[in-house]
Amino acid sequence: MLRLDQVVTHYGPIMALKGIDLHVDRGEIVCLLGGNASGKSTTMKTILGLVRPTSGTVEFEGRILDGLPTGKIVRQGIALVPEARRIFGRMTVWENLMMGAYVRSGEPQREIDGDMERIYGLFPRLRERTAQYAGTLSGGEQQMLAMGRALMARPKLLLMDEPSMGLSPAFVDQVFDIIQEINRQGTTILVVEQNASVALSIAHRGYVLQNGRIVLADSAAALLAADDVRRAYLGED
Amino acid sequence: MADLISILPQQLVFGLALGTVYGLIALGYTMVYGVLQMINFAHGEVFMIGAYIGWSVFAVLIDWSVGGLHPLWVLPVLLAPAMLLCGGLGMTLERLAYRPLYMRGATRLGPLISAVGASIFLQNFVMLTQGARMKVYMTNLVFPRTWRFNIFGVNVSALVIVIVVVSLLLMWGLVALIQRTSLGRAIRAVSEDREMATAVGIDANRVVGLTFFLGSALAGAAGVLVGLYYTQIDFVMGYSAGLKAFTAAVLGGIGNIKGAMLGGLLLGVIESLASTFINPAFKDVVAFAVLILTLVFKPEGILGEKLADWKKI
Amino acid sequence: MIGEWLNRYGLFVLLAGAVVAPLLAPNDYVVGVLARICLYSLLALGLNIVVGFAGLLDIGYVAFFGIGSYAYAFLASPHFGLHLPFVLAMVIVTLASATSGILIGAPTLRLRGDYLAIVTLGFGEITYISLVNLDRPINITGGPSGLISIDPPSFFGYVIERNIEYYYLFLLTLGAVVLASVRLRDSRVGWAWQAIREDELAAEAMGVNTTVAKLQAFAIGASIAGFAGGLLASWQRSVFPDNFLFQESINILAMVILGGMGNVLGVILGAIVVVALPEIFRDLALYRLLAFGAMLMVLMIFRPQGLLPARPAAEREIAEESTAPTAQPKGAPKT
Repeated sequence: MLRLDQVVTHYGPIMALKGIDLHVDRGEIVCLLGGNASGKSTTMKTILGLVRPTSGTVEFEGRILDGLPTGKIVRQGIALVPEARRIFGRMTVWENLMMGAYVRSGEPQREIDGDMERIYGLFPRLRERTAQYAGTLSGGEQQMLAMGRALMARPKLLLMDEPSMGLSPAFVDQVFDIIQEINRQGTTILVVEQNASVALSIAHRGYVLQNGRIVLADSAAALLAADDVRRAYLGED
Repeated sequence: MADLISILPQQLVFGLALGTVYGLIALGYTMVYGVLQMINFAHGEVFMIGAYIGWSVFAVLIDWSVGGLHPLWVLPVLLAPAMLLCGGLGMTLERLAYRPLYMRGATRLGPLISAVGASIFLQNFVMLTQGARMKVYMTNLVFPRTWRFNIFGVNVSALVIVIVVVSLLLMWGLVALIQRTSLGRAIRAVSEDREMATAVGIDANRVVGLTFFLGSALAGAAGVLVGLYYTQIDFVMGYSAGLKAFTAAVLGGIGNIKGAMLGGLLLGVIESLASTFINPAFKDVVAFAVLILTLVFKPEGILGEKLADWKKI
Repeated sequence: MIGEWLNRYGLFVLLAGAVVAPLLAPNDYVVGVLARICLYSLLALGLNIVVGFAGLLDIGYVAFFGIGSYAYAFLASPHFGLHLPFVLAMVIVTLASATSGILIGAPTLRLRGDYLAIVTLGFGEITYISLVNLDRPINITGGPSGLISIDPPSFFGYVIERNIEYYYLFLLTLGAVVLASVRLRDSRVGWAWQAIREDELAAEAMGVNTTVAKLQAFAIGASIAGFAGGLLASWQRSVFPDNFLFQESINILAMVILGGMGNVLGVILGAIVVVALPEIFRDLALYRLLAFGAMLMVLMIFRPQGLLPARPAAEREIAEESTAPTAQPKGAPKT
């Protein structure tokens, strides 16, 4: 569904991605692991067109994405749950969800309302706070809102950038359960994470990113078992 | 002193009316600052051009009419072209003079200087094409001076009431647009987090252009209203009005829509009171003093959010 | 290559040319124009310190020009009956201007970019309005008609009368200020200014006392403008509020930007262009401002760094150290 081919991306003079090859097939959960400054967020931004690759191609369902403006890319069916949530704090919960549906402006209101219902079903706490300003929500609630906002676009591919960051362990489990549920309902997911163990526990496959390069690529089970992964990222020996 | 107090209600009403006009212009400053974090120095000139457009249309109406100049249809006919053309002017200005600069991620200096250049250019363009002498609005053909009302003991002309009503309507319309429509949400999203707004599919450039259109259209309307009230317009009127409206926006909290309206009203009243009790000549100084005091002591304005890092102002 | 050569030797060439210029002038009017160029070059250099070196966008700079002018008029005219000797008066003028620079700069310390600009604009306007209106109830400034019969400069009995004499006086001052500018730029405070201009927060984090450095910039910039104001007053033998309109602030700013912010030679060239061009195109005087406005916009879009971009200090040092002209590192730091 999604394919990155030898993607090189620069931030000014710095080469953040040094030739990435990865792919995500329909229906999968794929995770991208790595420490700080490994290039995880840059990969997300490159896919979305927030940053332009210097070379290489990004392909989605047969269409070339690199070079397209972000608006067009998002309309192909990709949605982002960004690092640090980045919900619109000065808008209400309901308005944030409506922003998620911005790309669906042509569709009948009924459909959009229906999706919103489904998201409230997934995140009941949001329903309670629907008229509240998003900036006043707790970290975990904001994470739910960010996910809900992305889902409102009915994306074919969901990009998630460090969903576990800043959340309590219990909450992290909750969030990843929901991610699995979303996947079961038919959404393909690419997750970027530092918390390797929980990410690998729900993923089908995984890549390990280090200094802008893919150093490992395998099924999630294999990665969980691999010694170097355990040592470096799971803190086990 | 007693006679000063006796005209106080009159002056307050006038101040409020003036304030609504300041608010109209201030909205343009605040919205542009919201989406671009930039002060559109040329905004005052858009207001001035609105006044001139209104005058031109008015002149045509006077030529053509047989004598039935009723405010009910004259007013919209004056306002509409001014608003549309000024809106277009604002959009063009953004597209040609500002967008190439901040796209390049240049320092704050570039767009500000370009705006100053645009302001000088527009002022002189109007001077050269319309003449340096002032133009006169024949307001009394539409709003006879005798048409007055007595409200709560204050004697106000119908014109002042009309100005206040029109301004409030326009402001209410804008607020409704911002708060209830998809475009309004898009503008708010771009103001808050441009990158994220792009990530949900908003075309930020288009939104910025429309923001300029809306703000400039309001300024154009303000130009017509001021022209009708003061009857005299000239090519330098944009400069002081612009600066005062900017003060109003800062006073209320730059970037905050309600703040711009509140700031406008406050400034109008403050100015009116100052000119009554201190000295009419120092009217402009009052506005500047308010501006400087606000920026030094409470830079986020009345309704603005306390910024975490005040240096960011 | 030309830029290279200009930056190294341009100032000398200009100086040499400046010394002989009035002797080659066809008439006294042209000498007057040359004197005006010198005066405005002073202003451009002063603003260059505030805007170009320290990155503080002051668009009300003409206020200091006005304060200096009127201060000199107070000290050397029949208005208050004071007729201080030229040198003493100018010293007082400079100190007064420096003080006003600190007073006006102090409230702006916490403001950045756009807001700093607006506040300085405000102070500029307040200064103008004060000059026009402070003639009642006590006549301080002489109101809209200004002050006249101001004493000309005199040194030990020698009174300056002709334009050409004024020219050399101004040129002498200009030379001194050029030297001072270059010295300041490469001094400790100059480095502090550059750090502040590039990234104020980072500068603070590195231990730069931004408050002191900014006030220094304002004070020095103001004193140069004030001194120039004194020179103007003694030349024109009169001062009027309309000498100090907002438009002048923009003119001086244009000189700095056109010439290249931070570049000492550049801003002088900018002053030459801004003063000389209207003289050359006198017939098109009506369109001058129109073209001016357009020029600012176009300049920002196509060549924001101006005629002679300022070279960051690091590049300058390396260039001076190396003997080979090709030993220039590529990749200038971001501006």
